[in-house]
Amino acid sequence: MNIMALVNALPGACAQGLIWGIMAIGVFITYKILDLADLTVDGTMCTGGAVCVMMMMSGHSVWTSLLVAFLAGALAGLVTGVLHTLFGIPAILAGILSQLGLYSINLRIMDNKANQAFNLDKFDLLVSLRYIRGVPFYKNTLFVTIIIIAILIAVLYWFFGTELGCSIRATGSNQNMSRAQGINTNITKMIGLMLSNGIVAFASGLYAQYQGFADINAGRGAIVIGLAAVIIAQVLFGKIHGNFAFKLLSVALGGVIYYLVLQVVLWLGLNANDLKLISAIVVAVFLAIPYIKEHYFRKPVKEGGAENA
Amino acid sequence: MLDINKISKTFNPGTVNEKKALNGLELHLNEGDFVTVIGGNGAGKSTMLNAIAGTWFVDRGSILIDGVDVTRLPEYKRAKYLGRVFQDPMTGTAASMQIEENLALASRRGKHRGLKKGITAKERDFYKEQLKILELGLEDRLTTHVGLLSGGQRQALTLLMATLEKPKLLLLDEHTAALDPKTASKVLDATDKIVERDHLTTIMITHNMKDAIVHGNRLVMMHEGHIIYDVSGEEKKKLAVSDLLHKFEEASGSEFANDRMMLT
Repeated sequence: MNIMALVNALPGACAQGLIWGIMAIGVFITYKILDLADLTVDGTMCTGGAVCVMMMMSGHSVWTSLLVAFLAGALAGLVTGVLHTLFGIPAILAGILSQLGLYSINLRIMDNKANQAFNLDKFDLLVSLRYIRGVPFYKNTLFVTIIIIAILIAVLYWFFGTELGCSIRATGSNQNMSRAQGINTNITKMIGLMLSNGIVAFASGLYAQYQGFADINAGRGAIVIGLAAVIIAQVLFGKIHGNFAFKLLSVALGGVIYYLVLQVVLWLGLNANDLKLISAIVVAVFLAIPYIKEHYFRKPVKEGGAENA
Repeated sequence: MLDINKISKTFNPGTVNEKKALNGLELHLNEGDFVTVIGGNGAGKSTMLNAIAGTWFVDRGSILIDGVDVTRLPEYKRAKYLGRVFQDPMTGTAASMQIEENLALASRRGKHRGLKKGITAKERDFYKEQLKILELGLEDRLTTHVGLLSGGQRQALTLLMATLEKPKLLLLDEHTAALDPKTASKVLDATDKIVERDHLTTIMITHNMKDAIVHGNRLVMMHEGHIIYDVSGEEKKKLAVSDLLHKFEEASGSEFANDRMMLT
């Protein structure tokens, strides 16, 4: 167990964590703002990369490819939204259906190959595992992803402060109230799901660039990692009273912390094949912490507590 | 202002749980009418309000608000005509949002919601003025999350939200039932004040017979999904609780048995 091996792995882990942090911001929109557990992301976390890599390989620019990846994700979100709102399928099931269907679609996008790698030398990439060390700072993947996250947070902060954004938040908070105030909750849910999956697919596009390939299994368990970031953020930063932008930032940091924890676990000698199990355990632990705190370690109410309440 | 023409609604038709909730209900309100509604459990009081609000569609009959047929209009589209306060204080507000955000949502009822600012500085001053009417000190807590308010405060806020944009019809579904007596009377006072100020056409369900007599200019009693007694004007003012009990027995042929109905 060489401590330098761990230190050397940290920048890479941070970069991956930041990319997954972008993905987690997408999950935050459905899970926290809309109060929906949307499993579509397991599919869109592959779709975005597939679209992005195929577009780039057919000669489109990185930015166009990422934009189309975003739109493809949004389309998948729309499908889940329609299944859920117009056809009354429970959100979880609607997400699972889209996710399953996306598997075949993702394979078709990738020319029926399970993996599409591209030559790193041929493309001017936005992020890459090659751009972690020995490149000018503005090309450094860590720097680029931080800038992207800052822009994303700024845009989302603005959007959720608009009339439309507020009505999406209201839908997640109280559907009865929203409808009584004239909000078409079907539309707001669909917009939220589209935005969320669009962001996830965008992150997927970045991730495929970072790794140098798109893989059919890229999205497997993505929802768990996204939730992990959201929940880590809640457990670690929940006490700090910050505004909406701070919450989004803490979710992105949650992604980084998740990857750092994972890196340490790997460094301790666990097999990479055990990653999924470790992920599941990490998320289960972080999900359980608030509950355990509440139910097993609740401080007894002090004398006179009732009067102060 | 409101025309309910022989509406019927049966829940779970064809099953053992079949329940005829509304049975040829007919009710017509003039502009400015303030109607109180009483009736036993399962008489169809809340069901009537839900039918007007469009929570679901009625099986038969039609509903017109100010001459507009809304029978087939979804809930969110009818909302522009309606202000609603629910029995459960949790239902009428978004707990995870601030007081001013809730008010801003309400002030955009029935309007297009686009990419303009969700709340403007000018609005904030207006909301402050409006919150003063409630006399609960909420005007100094604009950015407090609604989830931190008491049930009474939330109900008062919901009332304000329902009337911020003058509705054609105000629907109050036992909106003070979940509150302690002191808070309840405060919310009722605010209700009277706002209804009078804006001349709102109002339907108020109550389980308190005295409130039903004291408030409003008209009183209707429901039983088995339709109206069995309808009184207004001078005749209503002279009513006593015992009269209502007598009327109920006369019209329904049974005794007024209802734990929740308050007689005083």
